[in-house]
Amino acid sequence: MSTATSAARIVHTGLLDGPLSHPFFLNALIAGTAIAAASGLVGYFLVLRAQVFTGDALSHVAFTGALAALAAGVDLRVGLFGMTIVIAVLMGAVGRRGLADDVVIGSVFAWILGLGVFFLTVYTTSRSTANGAAGVNVLFGSIFGISAADARLATLIAAAVCALILLIARPLLFATLDPDIAAARGVPVRLLGFAFLALVGAATAEATQAVGALLLLGLLAAPAGTARRLTTRPYRALALSAAIAVADIWIGLSLSYALPTLPPSFAILAVATTGFLLTLAAPVLRRHVANRARPAVT
Amino acid sequence: MPLADGTTGPSWNLIADIQQLWSYPFMVTAFRAGTIIAVASAVMGWFMVLRRQTFAGHTLAVVGFPGAAGAVLLGVSATDGYFTFCVAAAIVIAAIPRAGRASLGHESAVTGTVQTFLLACGFLFVALYHGFLNGINALLFGTFLGITDGQVLLLLIVTLAVLAVLALIGRPLLFASIDPTVAAARGIPVRALSTGFLILLGAATAEASQITGTLLVFALLVMPAATAQTLTARPATSLVLSVLIALAVTWLGLGVAYFSVYPIGFFVSTLAFAGYLAAHLVRGAGRLRTRHRLAGGPA
Repeated sequence: MSTATSAARIVHTGLLDGPLSHPFFLNALIAGTAIAAASGLVGYFLVLRAQVFTGDALSHVAFTGALAALAAGVDLRVGLFGMTIVIAVLMGAVGRRGLADDVVIGSVFAWILGLGVFFLTVYTTSRSTANGAAGVNVLFGSIFGISAADARLATLIAAAVCALILLIARPLLFATLDPDIAAARGVPVRLLGFAFLALVGAATAEATQAVGALLLLGLLAAPAGTARRLTTRPYRALALSAAIAVADIWIGLSLSYALPTLPPSFAILAVATTGFLLTLAAPVLRRHVANRARPAVT
Repeated sequence: MPLADGTTGPSWNLIADIQQLWSYPFMVTAFRAGTIIAVASAVMGWFMVLRRQTFAGHTLAVVGFPGAAGAVLLGVSATDGYFTFCVAAAIVIAAIPRAGRASLGHESAVTGTVQTFLLACGFLFVALYHGFLNGINALLFGTFLGITDGQVLLLLIVTLAVLAVLALIGRPLLFASIDPTVAAARGIPVRALSTGFLILLGAATAEASQITGTLLVFALLVMPAATAQTLTARPATSLVLSVLIALAVTWLGLGVAYFSVYPIGFFVSTLAFAGYLAAHLVRGAGRLRTRHRLAGGPA
C-alpha cells in the first residue's frame, strides 16, 4: 500500500490537493485499477469464448454468496469467492453435456437470486449491527466505501488473477480458437476451460466489490467488446481490453468525484457503455460517409 | 417485510389461517393481483419457453427496473413505469434484426452491456431519489404490500387485453413458433407475429415484475411453463398445467409470505423451482421405467 501510495503521489503530484488527498478516493482508485485490469483480461476471453452468459449467471451467484456470508456472520469475501468459484467450475462440469440451455439457466438463477433475497432478510433481521444498505451495496457496489486493507487485499487478488490469466493466455487462446486442433496438439483443453472458469469466478467476486453484482457484467463485457471492435489481433486486443477497463474506472471515478450525485458504479458503467457504443457506431458512420462520397460502391 | 402484527403466526388450522389472511383488505387485493398476474405470465411464459425467447424475457424484465425507478423519481406510479419501459423495450428488440450465430459472442457482449447500463440507470434514478433504499428491494425482489384497487383494475384490463390478442393470434403464433419456415411458406406473417408477441410479452413481464420484482420475473414467467412442458408435450394440456402451476405457486407464496418475515420473491421462486425439479425427477423416473420395461424386466 505504501509503495502504491507513493507511486500514485509521484504520478499525480498536481492532483494532491484534489481528489487524491482523500483516502477514500485513493483506495477506490488503487483497488479499482487492479480490479479493472483483471476484469478486462478475463472479459476478453469471456467474449471470445462466447461465455458472456456465464458471467451473467455468476453475477447472480455473487450476490447470493456475499449475502450468505453476511447472514452467517463471516467475512463477505469468503462467501463471494467461495460461491462464485465453486459454481463457475460446476457450470463447466454440466455445460459440456448440453444440459444447460437457457431455460435451465434462467430457472436456476432466478432461484439462486431468490435464495439471495432470503439471506438478505436473514441478515437484516437477525443481526443488530446489520447495515440496512448491505443488499444495495452488494448489488450496485460501494467502491468509495472500500477501506485501505480491503483495497490492498483486492489489489493482491486482482494481481494474482491477472498473472494467472497471462500465464495461460497462449494455450487458452489456442484452445478457444480451435479446440480440436489444440486437443490434438496435446493442449489440455478441458482443464484450461475449468481453470478459466475458476478465474472468471474470482474476477466476478472482485468486480462485485467495485461495481456490484448487478453491474459487473458491463465491466467484463464492454471493454472486451470495445477492444474486439478496435483490433483483430488477439494479444493486442487482450491488452487493449485491460487498458480500456482501467480507463473506464478512472474516468468513472473522476466523474463521480466531480459530480457527487452520480453514483460511482453508474459513472463507470456509463463511460464503458459510451465507449462501446462509439466503436459500434464508428464503422457505420464511416460507411455512411464513404457511401455518400462514392454512391456506386456498396 | 415484517407485517404489522408480527405476533400472530400460522395456527396450522388451514381454514382459520385462510380466514385470517382474507380478513385484511390488503391481502385480498394482493390475492386478486397475484391471480391476474399468474394467469397472464403463465400463458405468455408458455409461448416464451416454446419460442426459446427466455433471453428476451430477461432483457424486458431488467428494463422494468429503470422504468419503475424512473417513475418513482418523477412521482408517477411504478406500474406506469414498468409498462412504459417494458413495452418500449419490446418494440426496440423486435426492431433489431436477428444476427447470425457467427457473431454470437459479440452480440451477447452488446446485450450484456446494454442490460447492465440500464440497471445502472435504474440505480442512478434511485440514488437521485433520496431515501428510497427500502423501495429498491421491493422493486428488485417484489412485494405484495401496498397494491391499490386501481392497480388491480389496470392489471385486469391489461391481462384481458393481452389474452384477447393472444386468443386471436394464438393458432398462427403456435404454428410460427414450432415451424417458422413452413409457416412463412403458408403465408403466415411470421415477423409481424413475432413483434406482436414481444409486445404482449413486455406487458406480461411488466405485470409479473410487480409481484416478483424485476430480478425474479423468471420465477413466474419461465418456471411454470418449463415445468408444464417437461411434464407433457400436448400444447393445450401443458398450457392449462402451466396456468395451474403459476396459480398454485403464487397463492402458496402469498400465503406463506404473509406469515413470515421473508420476502415473497423468495417463496415464489423457491416453490416454482421445487416444482421444476420435481417435474424433471418425475420425467427421469418415467424414462427409467420405460427403459426397464423395454428391457423385459418386471414393470
